[in-house]
Amino acid sequence: MSASGAELLQKVKSEIEEVDPAEVLELLDEGVVVVDVRETEELATGHLPGAKHVPRAYLESRIEATVPDRSANVILYCASGIRSAYGARTMLKELGYANVRSMTGGITLWKDRGYDVVVPRALTAEQRERYSRHLLIPEIGAEGQQKLLDAKVLLLGAGGLGSPTALYLAAAGVGTLGIVDDDEVDLSNLQRQVIHNGERIGMPKVDSAEASINALNPDVNVVKHQVRLDASNIMEIIEGYDVIVDGVDNFPTRYLLNDATVRLRIPVVSASILGFDGQLSVFKPYEGPCYRCLFREPPPAEMAPSCGANGVLGVLPGTMGLLQATEVVKLIVGVGDPAIGRLLLYDALAATLTEVKVRRDPECPICSREPSEITDDEMGVFPDYEAFCAAAG
Amino acid sequence: MATIKIPPVLRASVGGEKEVSAAGANVGEVLRDLVANHPATESQLFAGEGELNRYVNVYLNDEDVRVLEGLQTAVGDSDTLVILPAMAGGR
Repeated sequence: MSASGAELLQKVKSEIEEVDPAEVLELLDEGVVVVDVRETEELATGHLPGAKHVPRAYLESRIEATVPDRSANVILYCASGIRSAYGARTMLKELGYANVRSMTGGITLWKDRGYDVVVPRALTAEQRERYSRHLLIPEIGAEGQQKLLDAKVLLLGAGGLGSPTALYLAAAGVGTLGIVDDDEVDLSNLQRQVIHNGERIGMPKVDSAEASINALNPDVNVVKHQVRLDASNIMEIIEGYDVIVDGVDNFPTRYLLNDATVRLRIPVVSASILGFDGQLSVFKPYEGPCYRCLFREPPPAEMAPSCGANGVLGVLPGTMGLLQATEVVKLIVGVGDPAIGRLLLYDALAATLTEVKVRRDPECPICSREPSEITDDEMGVFPDYEAFCAAAG
Repeated sequence: MATIKIPPVLRASVGGEKEVSAAGANVGEVLRDLVANHPATESQLFAGEGELNRYVNVYLNDEDVRVLEGLQTAVGDSDTLVILPAMAGGR
């Protein structure tokens, strides 16, 4: 005769180990993996701090991505301890996990004891639909998506690199996108600057970019800075942003940006392009090298192709801009290994991506010092490069 | 012979090649051999006193030679030197 539900539960509980909420509370600080196996809607009333989420119905198919280590110390919980008991048995008996327990009494007992819960800010139904492919990746999930929606990213330039970066960051739901550009859309831009179009020739690039972003994702607040970044305005413009995407086409602004972002401790995702070659690195102040650690000073005009009109494969800023967008998302969500201390070199003709190491320079004129020691007067300073550049045409 | 990867801005000085081979037991010798075969590269690589220009980085495989032994860093036949000047194009 088959067992009743109550009998089956009793049998399952006899085959697994249960753990009291008081012990879970202590284990939270010791690297235990806590997994909430309730349905998505149930999380809105609160979950354990740091808990990962895999609904019971998806346990078999998704737990591996969330908990890849089968020897990890795992605690499952649900509302009252029933679904988590079944889940624990599944993981132990069928999925090969060695150390899985179920929390007694579920989150109901946890709350009764007065322990802390985290109440997530809920995404709207439309947001759940729009970002559903993010929500399905454990590394992003609802928590990561909320971080993206809360993030403020500043794009320097809505040009070759800025166009694809802005579009994809907007699509990904980055809540605030600032754009600095004093230029207008030109026909020769359209070979690569995909955020603009033929009907917008002569329009300020910040306005054209805003129109494209709004059409793609109304969640995004666009902040337009129709100015040229210089020493007089940079601190005011960049302050408050979480990440800056550097796609500027000249050295004076690159050095100025470096010095200002070190002062404000804002990470910069930097890329540059020429012909068929691209470079990318992430400069996170005081965690990795800064741009001056990599290149102490800019090259003279004859070795600085940014000065004149130089060609670039139209697809290349797309490739490099999207590598930048990827690094931005990683920094915001806090996953993966950003390209800090590494310079990625992409050769489109050879189809190779190689990298070299970038070290912090203990004698760096900027980041070897405390932010408060860096003065306005020395930001972006080096031999008079702009005049040199202008002379070289 | 070590392999030297030539950055876009220097390719015109080496007949358009992306990679050239050069002989030498250390980084300085290999770069001097490059200069001997392609004199136009000299002013772009070296400052007056025979030191590398500050705006040019040279990597032995993936490591900056400045954190190794600079121009004295030993180079083997299977090694690759990467010459890397700063680049700023973004448009």
